[in-house]
Amino acid sequence: MQITSQTFKANTVKALADVDLQRALRHVEKGFIGKRQKAADALPEFDALRDNAVEIKNHTLKHLDLYIEAYVAKVEASGGKVHFAEDADHARRIFLDIAKRRKAKTVTKGKTMISEEIGLNAFLEENGIVPVETDLGEYIIQLRGEHPSHIIAPAVHINRDQVEADFRKFHVHLDPERDLVRPETLLSEARQILRQKYGEADIGVTGANFLIAETGTSVIVTNEGNGDLTQLLGKCHVVLASLEKIVPTLEDTAQILRVLARSATGQEMSVYTTLSTGPKRTEDEDGPEEYHVILLDNGRSGMLGTEFEDMLRCIRCGACMNHCPVYHAVGGHSYGWVYPGPMGAVLTPSLIGVDKAGHLPNASTFCGRCEAVCPMRIPLPKMMRHWREKEFESHLQPKAARAGLGVWAYLARRPKLYRAAVSYAMPALKLLAGRKGRFRSLPLAGGWTKWRDLPAPEGRTFMQAYAQSGHGDPK
Amino acid sequence: MTLNGMIDGAPSTAPAQTTPTVALFVTCLVDLFRPSVGFAAIKLLEDAGCKVVVPASQTCCGQPAYNSGDREDTKAIARHVIETFEAYDYVVAPSGSCGSTLKKHYPELFANDPAWHERAVRFSQKVHELVSFLTDVRGVTEVDAALPATVTYHDSCSGLRELGIREQPRQLLRTVEGLTLTELPEADVCCGFGGTFCVKYPDVSNAIVGKKTKHIASTGADMLLAGDLGCLMNIDGKLKRENNGIEVRHVAEVLAGMTDKPPIGGKL
Amino acid sequence: MSGSTRDAVMGRLRRAVGANPANDAERRAAVAARLSDAPKGVIPARGQLPPAERLDLFIQMATKADATVTRLGDVSDIPEEVAAYLRERNLAPAIRMGRDPRLAGLDFTRTTLTVTTGPSEGDDLSSLSHAVGAIAETGTLVLTSGPDNPTSLNFLPEYHIVVLDAADVVGDMEAVLARLRQTHGKGTMPRSVNFVTGPSRSADIEQTLLLGAHGPRSLHILVVGEPG
Repeated sequence: MQITSQTFKANTVKALADVDLQRALRHVEKGFIGKRQKAADALPEFDALRDNAVEIKNHTLKHLDLYIEAYVAKVEASGGKVHFAEDADHARRIFLDIAKRRKAKTVTKGKTMISEEIGLNAFLEENGIVPVETDLGEYIIQLRGEHPSHIIAPAVHINRDQVEADFRKFHVHLDPERDLVRPETLLSEARQILRQKYGEADIGVTGANFLIAETGTSVIVTNEGNGDLTQLLGKCHVVLASLEKIVPTLEDTAQILRVLARSATGQEMSVYTTLSTGPKRTEDEDGPEEYHVILLDNGRSGMLGTEFEDMLRCIRCGACMNHCPVYHAVGGHSYGWVYPGPMGAVLTPSLIGVDKAGHLPNASTFCGRCEAVCPMRIPLPKMMRHWREKEFESHLQPKAARAGLGVWAYLARRPKLYRAAVSYAMPALKLLAGRKGRFRSLPLAGGWTKWRDLPAPEGRTFMQAYAQSGHGDPK
Repeated sequence: MTLNGMIDGAPSTAPAQTTPTVALFVTCLVDLFRPSVGFAAIKLLEDAGCKVVVPASQTCCGQPAYNSGDREDTKAIARHVIETFEAYDYVVAPSGSCGSTLKKHYPELFANDPAWHERAVRFSQKVHELVSFLTDVRGVTEVDAALPATVTYHDSCSGLRELGIREQPRQLLRTVEGLTLTELPEADVCCGFGGTFCVKYPDVSNAIVGKKTKHIASTGADMLLAGDLGCLMNIDGKLKRENNGIEVRHVAEVLAGMTDKPPIGGKL
Repeated sequence: MSGSTRDAVMGRLRRAVGANPANDAERRAAVAARLSDAPKGVIPARGQLPPAERLDLFIQMATKADATVTRLGDVSDIPEEVAAYLRERNLAPAIRMGRDPRLAGLDFTRTTLTVTTGPSEGDDLSSLSHAVGAIAETGTLVLTSGPDNPTSLNFLPEYHIVVLDAADVVGDMEAVLARLRQTHGKGTMPRSVNFVTGPSRSADIEQTLLLGAHGPRSLHILVVGEPG
C-alpha cells in the first residue's frame, strides 16, 4: 500500500475536518476503554498474568532461534510446510507460487495484518486472483477500496449509514427496497454473500495470534467465525505470520490468551480460539488439503537485541490505540501505513524506516496511557523517544526546531547566561502582553497561538522575585 | 504532620522530628511564567515543617531536550541538576512532569554509565512532586486555606501515571474551607499539551484540548486546577480562546491560600 | 530459495540473541526444559472449585457469553430435548451430526427429527456436536476435529447444539490442555481444537454487538449427567 506517513501532518488536518470520521471516532473513546477496565477489574490475577505474559515473551525472544527450529520441525511432522520470507516482496512471491501450483482463482481471507503489511490483496489482483475479505469490517473496507484504520476493528472509522450506502451501491443484484437501516440486516446480508465464497475458495488465508513451538500449531482468535470458515473450507490453508508470534507451549498460549481478549475488546475470552495443526488428516471428513505457514521477517530480526526488542512482545490487541488521545483525534489512516496508534508509532519506523515514518514517534504527548494499558507492558513512550534520538543523531528533524532546541539547551547548561537572558525576557514579555495577561498571537509562537491564547508571564521571574522577597538570596 | 521522612522511599538521612531541608526545584515554567506557584510551594513546605532552600543555579530539568531525542544535552543538564541538588534531604518540584523526569528518567538516562547511574538513583530517591510530598512524606492531612468556589481537578499525565498522584491533591482540596470539589469527566485523559508536541502538531493538540475544555465546561466549576503549569497554560489558552471565563490555577496556589493574584492568563 | 532464506534469518536471529558455541548447550537445555515441562504460570482462582460449583460457574459464564444451557439427566434425553429446542424456535425438524460413538446410540425415532451425518455442506440449519470438555473459568466449550465431530458443524449451521458431559467440565484452560496431551500424546494435537465461548458475533459496525456473524447465531449447550 501507498505509504503516506511522511505527510502525517497534512493527513491529520484532513482527518480533523472529516465530519464522518470524527463521528465514527467517538465510538472508540466510548466503547473500548470502559469494557477493558471492567474485564481487568473482574479478574484479580490480571496484573500477575500480564507480568507472566511479559516473562514468557522475553524468554521466547531470548531463545527465538531455537523455538523457531522446534516449531518448524513440528509443523513438518504434522504434514504442513513453513516458508521463510525475508521481506514483503518475498512473502508475496511465495504466496503466488502456492497459488499457481493450486491454480487458484479465489482466495478467501480471515483478518490478517501481515497481509496488509505485505500488500497481498493488490498483488493478487494484479495476478488475476480474486481476494475476498470475510471479516465483516474488512469486507466493508474492501468494498470501499480502503485499508484498515485499526488493527482489531478495521472499519472503526466508518458509520452505519455509510455502510448502508456502500451495500446498496455494491450489492446491486439485491432488492433496492430492502431494509438496510438496522445493523442486523447489514450483517445478515454480508453473511449471505460471503457464505458461498468460503467453499468456492482455492485458498483460505488467515493470520495467526500465536505459533506454538511445542506442537507446530497456529492459533487464531476471533469473534465472527469467518477465520475458521476460511481456514476450514478453503482447499489450502495459508497462514501469514511474523517471526515474533512464536510462543513455547500450549500453557504459555493459555496465559497470554487471558490478557489478549480482555485488553482488546473487554471480553473474558473471544468467541473462537482455534488451534490448527497441519492439513486434513486421513480420517478427517473436512479441513484443508494443504497447510502452509509463511513466516515473515521484514525487519523484525533487526529489532531483536536492540532498544526496540520489547516491541516484539506486542500481541496486537489494540489497547494502546484504543486509549490514545492522538488516535482518538485523528484515526488510524492518518498514520499513513498499516499499523496506527502508539504501537504503530514504534513499529512503523522499524519496518519502513524512520526517514519515512519520523512523524509517528513525534506525534505523541507521552501521556503514557498506552503503556499503562499494554498487556505486555511495552514501554511505548520510551521507544518513541528512542526513535526521536535516532532522528536527532541522524539530523532528520526540521532545522528550525533543531536550532531552537539547540539555543535553549545551550542556555539551560549555562545557569548565569540563562538567568541573565530570562530576567530580561520575561518582564519584557509581560509588558508586551499589556494588561490582558495573555497573547492572542505572538511572533515565533504561531504553533501555540493558532488555536490557543498564550498566558503572559507574571513579570519578574521567580528567581528575581525570590531574591527580592526577603527570603534571602537563592542559594 | 506527624510522619516524618519514612514513607515512600524517603531517605533515612532525614531523621524524624527534625526539620528537613527541602531544595525547591522551581521548574522553568513556574520560574518564567508563574512565580506565584513557587511562593505557594514555599509556604506549603514551610507549613509542613520544612526548611526551604532555592538553589540559584537551577534552570530546567532537561525534558525538552530529552523528549526531542537530544540525549547528550539532557545528560549534561541532568548532571548539573544532580550536582546542584543531591546534598539536600529532599528535592521537591511543583510539577509531576518535571518531578518524574528527575525521579524516573534520570536513572534511566544514565543506564550505561554505572557511576552516574548510581548517583542518579540515590538522587531520585530524594525527589518528590509537591503535593505527594506533603501528603505521603510529611503526612499532611489538611491545609489552612479558604476559597469559596467550586473547583474541578485535571490529573496531569506524568504525575498520575508515572508518580501515582491521584487522591493526594483531592484529599487536601477537600480541606480547603468553602471549597466544593466536583469531578471532571475523563480527568485522567491527556490535555494535549505534551511539551513540544503542542507546537509541533498544533491541530491535533487543539482537538485534544478542545475535548478537555468541553468536559471542564460541563462541570459548571468556577475554577480548574492541576499540578502542572504546562497543562494549565494549554488548557487556559484554549478556554480563553473559547471565551470561557473559568479561572485556571495551579493547585498549590489554592492549597496555600494564595489566590490574590490574577489567575493564569488573567481574567476574561 | 526458502532454504537459504531460512539460514539467513536464523543466522540473524542467532547473532541478535547472542548465541555462540559457548552458550549453545545451556540455551538448548533451557528451551528443551520449557517445552517438556510446560510450566503452568498463573491460574486464576475463579475456576478452582469443587465439581458442583465448577459446573455452576461454567453455566453462569457460558450464559453470560450468550449461550443457552439445559441440564439433562441422561444421554437418552437428548433426542427429545433437541426436538423441543428446534420446535420452540420454529425451526425445521432436521439435525446434522458427526459419527461420535457417544451420540451413535441415540434413538431419534421417538421424535420427528430428520438426522443426517457427516460434515456440513453449508445448507444445514442446525447441528449437534459432542464437546471433549469445557472450561468453567470462561464458560468455554472445547471441541476437537475428526469424523466424530467434523469442525464444519461448529461453524456453518445457524443453530449449534453441543452435548457436554457434566464430568468433563474443568476449572481452567490448562486442565483441558493436560487432557489433550493425555489423549493425543505430548506435542501432538488434533488437526483442529476449537475453544468456543458463546455464539458468533461482530461489533464491526459502530461497535454495536450483533450475534450471528459468520458462525452460529445460537449456541445451545446440553449438560448431561452429574459433575465430578
